[in-house]
Amino acid sequence: MLNEGTGRRLRRRRPVPPPPGDPLGGGEALRVVAVTKWFGSVQALDQVSMAVNHGEVVALVGDNGAGKSTLVNVIAGVTAPDAGEFYVHGEQVAIRSTDDAATFGIRTVHQEQTLADNLDVVENLFLGRELCRGVGPLERVDFAAMRQRAQAMLSGLGITTIADIGSPVAQLSGGQRQTVAVGRATLENYPIVLLDEPTSGLGVAECQRVMELVLRLRAQGAATVIVSQNIDEIFEVADRIVVLHLGKVGAVFRRADTTPEEVVGAVMGMAS
Amino acid sequence: MSENAAPTVHADKVPLGEHARKSERRESRVAGWLSSALSRGTAMPAIASLVVIAVFFQSQSPYFLSPDNLTNLAVQASLVATIALGEVVVLLLAEIDLSLGSVSGATAAILGVLMASGNMPWFIAVPIMLACGAAMGAFQGWWIAWLGIPSFVVTLAGMLGFLGLQLWILGPQGTLSIFDPNIGALTGSTLPAEAGWIVAAIVAVAVVAAALVRGARGRLTMKSFGLPVVLAALVIAGVAVFNASRGVPTAFLFLLALLVLGWWVTQHTRPGRHLFAVGGNPEAARRAGVPVRRIRFAAFTISGTLAAVGGLLAASYNASAGTLTGGGTLLLEAIGAAVIGGTSLFGGRGSVWSALFGALIMGGVANGLDLTNAEQPVKYMVQGAIVLLAVSLDTILRRRQSRGRQIGGVHV
Ligand SMILES: Nc1ncnc2c1ncn2[C@@H]1O[C@H](COP(=O)(O)OP(=O)(O)OP(=O)(O)O)[C@@H](O)[C@H]1O
Ligand SMILES: [Mg+2]
Repeated sequence: MLNEGTGRRLRRRRPVPPPPGDPLGGGEALRVVAVTKWFGSVQALDQVSMAVNHGEVVALVGDNGAGKSTLVNVIAGVTAPDAGEFYVHGEQVAIRSTDDAATFGIRTVHQEQTLADNLDVVENLFLGRELCRGVGPLERVDFAAMRQRAQAMLSGLGITTIADIGSPVAQLSGGQRQTVAVGRATLENYPIVLLDEPTSGLGVAECQRVMELVLRLRAQGAATVIVSQNIDEIFEVADRIVVLHLGKVGAVFRRADTTPEEVVGAVMGMAS
Repeated sequence: MSENAAPTVHADKVPLGEHARKSERRESRVAGWLSSALSRGTAMPAIASLVVIAVFFQSQSPYFLSPDNLTNLAVQASLVATIALGEVVVLLLAEIDLSLGSVSGATAAILGVLMASGNMPWFIAVPIMLACGAAMGAFQGWWIAWLGIPSFVVTLAGMLGFLGLQLWILGPQGTLSIFDPNIGALTGSTLPAEAGWIVAAIVAVAVVAAALVRGARGRLTMKSFGLPVVLAALVIAGVAVFNASRGVPTAFLFLLALLVLGWWVTQHTRPGRHLFAVGGNPEAARRAGVPVRRIRFAAFTISGTLAAVGGLLAASYNASAGTLTGGGTLLLEAIGAAVIGGTSLFGGRGSVWSALFGALIMGGVANGLDLTNAEQPVKYMVQGAIVLLAVSLDTILRRRQSRGRQIGGVHV
């Protein structure tokens, strides 16, 4: 997976940026410039540029097929873009894999393909970031510690709908599965969090928990991008709203300066 | 694997009809117990089958459960179980390795050339042979992991290619004798009775002590303590049986050591858990940052290495490497053993112990049929029926569990 668009050879790895300690620090966390992605003859992203600051929540909205998930996947290192530049904390980086994205402090909750059905809730929460103890050949996954952390995290999130965190996620309902997927974003203090339709399929109470989570992320100084189809939700948490339309940035609004009608109009492609 | 077969998808995706609901209720009692047992990777169904086989053949021939026969069975099952262990590792990924028989045959031939023609001592020849097996597995793993070629195709090619290599190495003669006593001892020797008891004591004490230590940390339940006690009792009983004959077979002890190592790696290490994650949902694993390609590559390297270990056992057992080494039904028995033991063909579900239990079931049935003077054709047909039964069970369980969601098998 080569990031051809960047045109330069970039160092593959950088240390994880320090987690944001100062909520008022502001400052740009992530910027993408002119990202383009073709799927065969379909152009999913056309010169998309956007940025998100620490302590800010940016909502990404648009019709089905507008390219929201594609943009999230590109930033998460899941999909290789055809062109585009990426900056984390102002420094240009190449995101060639999910591993790279994790190294830069980017944590993503995807819209789909999030869980391994055969593993239990705890293992899914920690998938790819398992807690270990012991050294060398005796290094082993610390299931007890993971269990404890998972329990603490779920109750911290106010999630009481998952009875047994030791059961395979195949046995959970759609909403419970989504809760597990969203829970992953809270394992550590990630500086950059991407949430692709985190509330889809969730109950009223759980939606509210996710909104509280997003606000907490903002208070902690994380830079958050949230994809959502729900206008009320967006106006509840977002500082800025980026509208994607047919793979292009259609409009950008500050929440304080706009109305739901205006945003809906832009989503539907009407000139505002 | 035929993951995307249209009928299956249809049946999975439309579970709401009255008919589907009714039939689900009907099969739910038995299958519910089975699926909860199997999804947790327990070996209960396999153990139950072993008991049935033991009772049945004992009633047919009083020699079946005699210490002598059980000792022979343990040695014979070691070869199939070793290859089956390699198969389990790739099956967990929802892949398959058809080359394991040929790899074991080719590596046995390499061992033969090194020792018979090259006069190399065993402690140099054996590591070289194992490295060759690892290289063959790695070569195939590269095509599968980095080029995305289906493992069925790559290892089918490997099966033919490495068989060719085996025949080419052996040359017109066709057989290389391996007279080295150290190699022979692997399958030919047994532990002295006292050594067997010492091993049994150490294992039993260690297992129970580990359970007690855990219990002291406040997690001692009947369930967590019962299993170690049963295990300790089994080990002691096993040694008693073997000692009533020639003693614990070295090959069987070696196999158990391999299985314990495999159990540790698959259940307790990160790469091992990633094996299950990739088998369950490769795309989700990739998105979560699991190095999917490296895991696939490593799995095939390991299965190739284990095939070489199988080749070593075969060479030891036959005191030679020939054109038939690793051939015949060995590969199919190994795949059958893995599945009968409870490892799913669809990935993400199973355990290394299924290699042992499956090999004992396959070997036990073959052995029992031999004792009752059944003909070879009957043996094949019975073994075929058992494999069919096991795979059917696996498929039904999977359909029940998936409940319309796709489990695993999606190739990235
Ligand atoms: N893997 C793929 N292969 C081919 N085309 C794709 C692929 N992924 C997305 N597309 C196309 O790219 C476009 C954007 O898709 P994307 O998933 O980003 O939309 P979205 O904005 O997330 O929509 P939704 O609201 O439905 O989630 C669509 O036209 C889609 O058909
Ligand atoms: Mg989407």
